[in-house]
Amino acid sequence: MRGLAPFWSDLFEKFGLMLLGLAAFAAVIGIILFLADRAPKKGRDVWQLLAFVAPALVLLAVGLIYPAVRTTLLAFYDRTGDEFVGLNNFVWMFTQPDIVQTLINTLIWVALVPTLSTIIGLAYAVFIDKSKGEKVLKSLVFMPMAISFVGAGIIWRFMYEFREVGFAEQIGLLNQIIVWFGGQPQQFLVNSPWNTFFLIVVMVWIQTGFAMVLLSAAIKGVPVEIIEAARLDGANAWQQFRNVTIPGIRGTLVVVVTTISIATLKVFDIVRSMTGGNFDTSVVANEMYTQAFNRNEFGYGSALAVILFLMVLPIVVYNVRVMRKQKEIR
Amino acid sequence: MTGIVDKAEEKLDRPLGQRNDPRARKVSRASKAKEKLTSPGATFAAIVIAVIWTIPTFGLLVSSFRTPEEIRTNGWWNMFVSPSFTLENYADVLTTQGASSANLGSYFVNSLIISIPAALFPIILATMAAYAFAWIKFKGSGAIFVLIFALQIVPLQMALIPLLQIFSGVLGISGTFPAVWIAHTIFGLPLTIFLMHNFISEIPGEVIEAARVDGANHTQIFFRIIIPLSLPALASIGIFQFLWVWNDLLVALVFSGGTADVAPLTQRLAELVGNFGRNQERLPAAAFISLVIPLIVFFSLQRYFVRGLLAGSTKG
Repeated sequence: MRGLAPFWSDLFEKFGLMLLGLAAFAAVIGIILFLADRAPKKGRDVWQLLAFVAPALVLLAVGLIYPAVRTTLLAFYDRTGDEFVGLNNFVWMFTQPDIVQTLINTLIWVALVPTLSTIIGLAYAVFIDKSKGEKVLKSLVFMPMAISFVGAGIIWRFMYEFREVGFAEQIGLLNQIIVWFGGQPQQFLVNSPWNTFFLIVVMVWIQTGFAMVLLSAAIKGVPVEIIEAARLDGANAWQQFRNVTIPGIRGTLVVVVTTISIATLKVFDIVRSMTGGNFDTSVVANEMYTQAFNRNEFGYGSALAVILFLMVLPIVVYNVRVMRKQKEIR
Repeated sequence: MTGIVDKAEEKLDRPLGQRNDPRARKVSRASKAKEKLTSPGATFAAIVIAVIWTIPTFGLLVSSFRTPEEIRTNGWWNMFVSPSFTLENYADVLTTQGASSANLGSYFVNSLIISIPAALFPIILATMAAYAFAWIKFKGSGAIFVLIFALQIVPLQMALIPLLQIFSGVLGISGTFPAVWIAHTIFGLPLTIFLMHNFISEIPGEVIEAARVDGANHTQIFFRIIIPLSLPALASIGIFQFLWVWNDLLVALVFSGGTADVAPLTQRLAELVGNFGRNQERLPAAAFISLVIPLIVFFSLQRYFVRGLLAGSTKG
């Protein structure tokens, strides 16, 4: 308990800084709006318009548009950003076994996480629909969504923890279960290629709740009359689900799958905190950070960021097109 | 203010900010129908899933109250055989000072200092921009709005390197709170503008017209009508942005400088878990300290949280 005094002074200093920051922000916004309010009658509308949109637009231009363009350019330059190297960074990416492994891992992630999360989430949403205690059951599966990827990483590090047989008792539940059934404990996070799948489990654990909540809302939106009609026609539970519910929630299914796919492509924290990308578990987002910020290879890092963008792009385009079509139907 | 809200809701014929209301009506009808779709098998499967989903977190919570010795030597399920309870780990990770200690007290404060402004700034700027896009007619309004919407697809990773160069080279604020605030604000803007626009454009035009006839200009309309009417949406989106920032690791790693002066909990946790062997008795308590705020927010404001989620994903 010693040394608490510096903690408190530190605390006050930081909160002071925060209040200062908030006050500065309020002052800037206040002044902008005040000036717009008092602008000369002539052209007041233009000034007011600028006051409302300029702060956001300037931030986006400087902090997102310019950087994205610059990163794209940097992808064609060497590590210092001085010398143009053409496609060398991309050639490096596809010839370096480590990086190829990283790309393959990312594809495995994006193939498995959306599929598993959506299937489990949908099954769960259907199972608990209209059941007693639906709210509680929902909260339990949805909860991982609220916690950080790093927190989830720690939770699962303990699930996967490995102890040498005969050396110590297992402290990880999974290995203990294996031991109880007379098996050999496994180093879940070290043994490639299966370790990637055990990392994927963590992401599925988080995203299932998201899929479940959205799909559950969609299922409740399917008109009761149609289900009733199908039932009167003699459709059994599975047929009702297959022929009425699924078509009724198609739009939401697309949203869920694409949203989770995009989140999965960008996954960084789980890999970072659980294996650090070692043992052949790295993914593009993690490798991008490692190259750019641990090794100062800005060219390689930028090229990886561009690849990430190119992987996300088709999913978003598909999503927007489906949305458009749905709007037309309505 | 409530007068305006009433007027607006009367025009809309439903409470503002509750687009999902028709759906809610259907739910009650559905439960009245009381179909028995759920078989015993399905219920069993649901309970199995719920248990599997809960056990990892539950195990960590139990672990966090065991003594360091116990955490190191045997699993948390032994708690049921030989119960024990201690707050030692929490006291250790929160208050012990020193280079090798977890020092989470400071990081917890940092997380708060980062998250509060980083949630407020973008939603305020977004509300202003969204008002302009929804209710001020100007050339290129549609095109710019679509551009902002499209920016959502740009992964954070695309912006990190140049933005860091701007912060350290031009502004000289790299590794300070303002750098992290600004970064989070920028990255949060595309989605928040889009969501606020969805909401604000729903406000009945008559309400705003009436104010204009009374001689109110844009600033006055913004403060007297838009802000009071948008409070529910602001709450939902604000909570969402707050949790996003609180749980973020990547932006923190790049812009916070990584020291106890600025870096948030997630960063310290990632460091601790990086040396799992040495820190394992601290990690359960440490993880729960970082989870406590999101869990409180989640359980007390679940309604807003879900609404924010639905708005964010069924549209974007």
